[in-house]
Amino acid sequence: MKTINTKLSMKKFLILFMIIGLITSCSDDDNPDPVNEEEVITTLTLTLSPQGGGTDIVLRSRDTDGDGPNAPVVTVSGALSASTLYFGVIEFLNELENPAEDITLEVMEEADEHQVFYSFNESSGSTVTYDDTDGDGNPLGVDINLSSGDASAGNTLTITLKHEPTKPNDGTAIGAGGETDVEASFTFDVN
Amino acid sequence: MKQLITAIVIAFSCLGYGQDCTYTFLGELSDFHDGTPIVSATIYIKERDKYILSDFDGKFKIEDLCNGALTLTITHVGCETKTVSFEIKGDMHKSIQVEHHIEELNEVSVIGNTIKRETKTAQETILKANTLKKYSALNLGEALKEVSGVSSINTGNSIVKPMINGMHSSRLVILNNNVRLQDQEWGIEHAPNIDINSAEQISVIKGSGALAYGGDAIGGVIVINPSRVILKDTLFGKTTISGQTNGRGFNISSSLNKNYSNGWFINVQGSFKMNGDFETPDYVLSNTGSNSKGFSFRSGKKTFESGFEVFYSYLNNEIGILRASHIGNVQDLVNAINSKEPLYIKDFTYDINYPKQDVTHHLAKAMYYKRFKNFGKLYLQYDYQNNQRFEFDVRVGDDRDKAALDLKLQTHTFTSDVILDSNSDYKLKFGLMGRYQNNFANPDTGVRRLIPDYDKYDVGIYTTAEYNLNESTTLDIGFRYDFNRIDAKKFYQSSRWEERGYDEDFPDIVIEDLGTQLLTNPVFNFHNFSASAGIKYQLNDNSFIIGNYSLSSRPPNPSELFSDGLHHSAARIELGDLRLSKEVSNRISASYNYYNDKTNFLIEGFYNRINDFMYLEPFGIEQTIRGAFPVWNYLQTDAELYGIDISASYDITNSINISNKSSYTAGNDIENDRPLIDIPPFNTRNSIKYTNADWNKFSVSLSSEWTFEQAQYPDNNFETYIAANDEYVLVDISTPPSAFHLLHFYSEMTFNTSNKTNLNVGLSVNNIFDTKYRSYLNRLRYFADDIGRNIILQIQFNY
Repeated sequence: MKTINTKLSMKKFLILFMIIGLITSCSDDDNPDPVNEEEVITTLTLTLSPQGGGTDIVLRSRDTDGDGPNAPVVTVSGALSASTLYFGVIEFLNELENPAEDITLEVMEEADEHQVFYSFNESSGSTVTYDDTDGDGNPLGVDINLSSGDASAGNTLTITLKHEPTKPNDGTAIGAGGETDVEASFTFDVN
Repeated sequence: MKQLITAIVIAFSCLGYGQDCTYTFLGELSDFHDGTPIVSATIYIKERDKYILSDFDGKFKIEDLCNGALTLTITHVGCETKTVSFEIKGDMHKSIQVEHHIEELNEVSVIGNTIKRETKTAQETILKANTLKKYSALNLGEALKEVSGVSSINTGNSIVKPMINGMHSSRLVILNNNVRLQDQEWGIEHAPNIDINSAEQISVIKGSGALAYGGDAIGGVIVINPSRVILKDTLFGKTTISGQTNGRGFNISSSLNKNYSNGWFINVQGSFKMNGDFETPDYVLSNTGSNSKGFSFRSGKKTFESGFEVFYSYLNNEIGILRASHIGNVQDLVNAINSKEPLYIKDFTYDINYPKQDVTHHLAKAMYYKRFKNFGKLYLQYDYQNNQRFEFDVRVGDDRDKAALDLKLQTHTFTSDVILDSNSDYKLKFGLMGRYQNNFANPDTGVRRLIPDYDKYDVGIYTTAEYNLNESTTLDIGFRYDFNRIDAKKFYQSSRWEERGYDEDFPDIVIEDLGTQLLTNPVFNFHNFSASAGIKYQLNDNSFIIGNYSLSSRPPNPSELFSDGLHHSAARIELGDLRLSKEVSNRISASYNYYNDKTNFLIEGFYNRINDFMYLEPFGIEQTIRGAFPVWNYLQTDAELYGIDISASYDITNSINISNKSSYTAGNDIENDRPLIDIPPFNTRNSIKYTNADWNKFSVSLSSEWTFEQAQYPDNNFETYIAANDEYVLVDISTPPSAFHLLHFYSEMTFNTSNKTNLNVGLSVNNIFDTKYRSYLNRLRYFADDIGRNIILQIQFNY
């Protein structure tokens, strides 16, 4: 009696196992598609053009592996001239896409949800004023005016792009809240 | 195990005056399984309103019968109810087989208060419908906290994951109507896809003693059962409506059951829940609204000898995640920790914005069983689950409404179990399990996959045995073997591949080089052995002790192997490890239970040693263009957990009861000599309850919940450079919040609206004093307080 029943269960079991086998073999062996990250910002470039002409100064932070292990490569093309007004334009790119996607356009389209903050170390003597606004008249920070201070070495400029900060705010990245999409620090000299 | 068998004698009608009523009916009662005579069963002869007993050979005799119908009601301790009717035509001899193994069968029992235990010697606690109904508007995680030693790990207060003795997620096995839930349970912010309103009874088993359900339940097993099938012609149901002040939520749930005496049954159940933003004592928790839609259908035929069941359940949860917890980098985290209030507070709304989760779970199963005489019972079951998880982040531009995570997990499982119970001294059970699982991570998200596409195959085989050594001693033992194979296709960033050293250890699994990314095909096989052995010894009529040892092993889950990316609310990069091996747990436990008419006292202790315990630990800091992020790696260490749970109840008078539930758990990383993270702090709950059955079953209770500050925690704090201020600050992510004490009130009354219907009205006030607190086991504790006072009014109509 026992053997008969055991055989019965084994038979049914095997049949169901075969069904599972079928399901399994139906799964396709195609390789998955790669994901090219769409909204990652890999590159920040601030181009400073001196008033009245001269060589542009370019500050760039590039992180081609996004949140991968490689640190961003930070470059500053040269020293600023003392007591000079620079017209600055910032650009955000996603260079993981080909051709590179210009994220600056999205930032400007959604200006009311973004703001770029600029902060210097205290001794630098340099200042930034905003040269653009969002639809509500609050600063955006894609276009800026930068006034350099007296000659000094080892100054730092920190640029922060915030998504959904409080607007208007106290002008600091910390006070504005929101979430940080880009944060890069540059060391520069003023001659 | 006490059970009465009631056999109903319907009609013994003496029709016709001229008949001779001189016939004799000889009956012989025997056990269905092994044919042993049933001695001293009570046989009720309805027409004569008279009881007789079966003799030592299971026989009984009814004399002076007329021709006509005869129906008998048979009652015996430990037996299934049996109804038999005969047509008397002269003298008759009949043998009647009754079911003597009621614990296996209580699903066909007529008596409503049977408790079906899943195990004999494990630390098991059962929650019944009457307890669960209080949680209709809440969730599984909250309901299980009724069990001493069970806590929860939360992400806000809609995502509540049960935690048994400090273990959660992949270390717990959850069964819904005998189907092992496969719903991406590895994620700490993935709440179990269970509609609490579909549960009639829940068993919480600490440790891995219930081997039939899996060998990897290092923390424990949660068995959720729907309502039992009643073998009579009946239609019944219940509807629950509730409203709550906090979150301005409401909940409606309804179920309808139709049963037939021939075994057919059909149940339909549905529920809908909705709430807006929850509130702390001081502010609104913006974007914490949620809504939930559940539906289940169950039908089949259940008889003593065979039966089948089909079951389908659907659950959709849309859950808003606290907006203030979505942050960009470590500086944002520092700002959030330093800020007393969340940095994003808006007016109350029912709207659910981003970030949010939208999870849909389908479960379908078909089950068949057949009982064989003098042998046992065979079960066959196939089930299919489909879990679709969307997670939406705060995104910009065209991607705004696109999910950032889109995973579809499909699981097919086949199980076969055989229970051999023809011998009353021992019960043998064995079974086989085959499972195929496929995970699909949709690339359309435009975000690198957190979890890759994979196929997973599991095969398991187990056997368990129960042996009644003598009247006071029960032994059980079990073995299980599981084979797991995971076959994944995963993209790695080339830079990450090299940084992890995989280019040296796993060069063979690269199948395609896309320049900045590599496509790899990791395949891993795991062999897992598990075992359990236990003893239950009845000391006297009022107390027993149980002791249990269990060995279990758990292979790494997809997140532990493959996690790869930035975790927004934690502002950290989490990395899995392809080199992980299985973790192995050795757990010993002992319990002592004393009970009498007024008292119930249960103390449970355990020690769980886990070798190669998998956990996340900070590893270093990585610079990205968003700023610096700490990197957390999955590592393995040898760990130990131990603790004591106490549950006590005492009736001071007939109407006043006091109770206490306390739990202490400790966890240590033995290799590194430091505490484990996320271990529940000591907590104690004291209640006083007044009941008066004469006042429409009135009851009122006041309970105090006191959670201590967790003093044992690993220090994972780190320093980060805050560029804006040109300074280094310490990021305190480790220090647990202070102790807190909450008072809760609950009162209910039941009004009979007719013979068969009643109305139950319950009022609860949680956190009466609107106390401000944060819980160590809430992942959003860095960002906001827990919720304040909540008044819930609930009306349940039973019909």
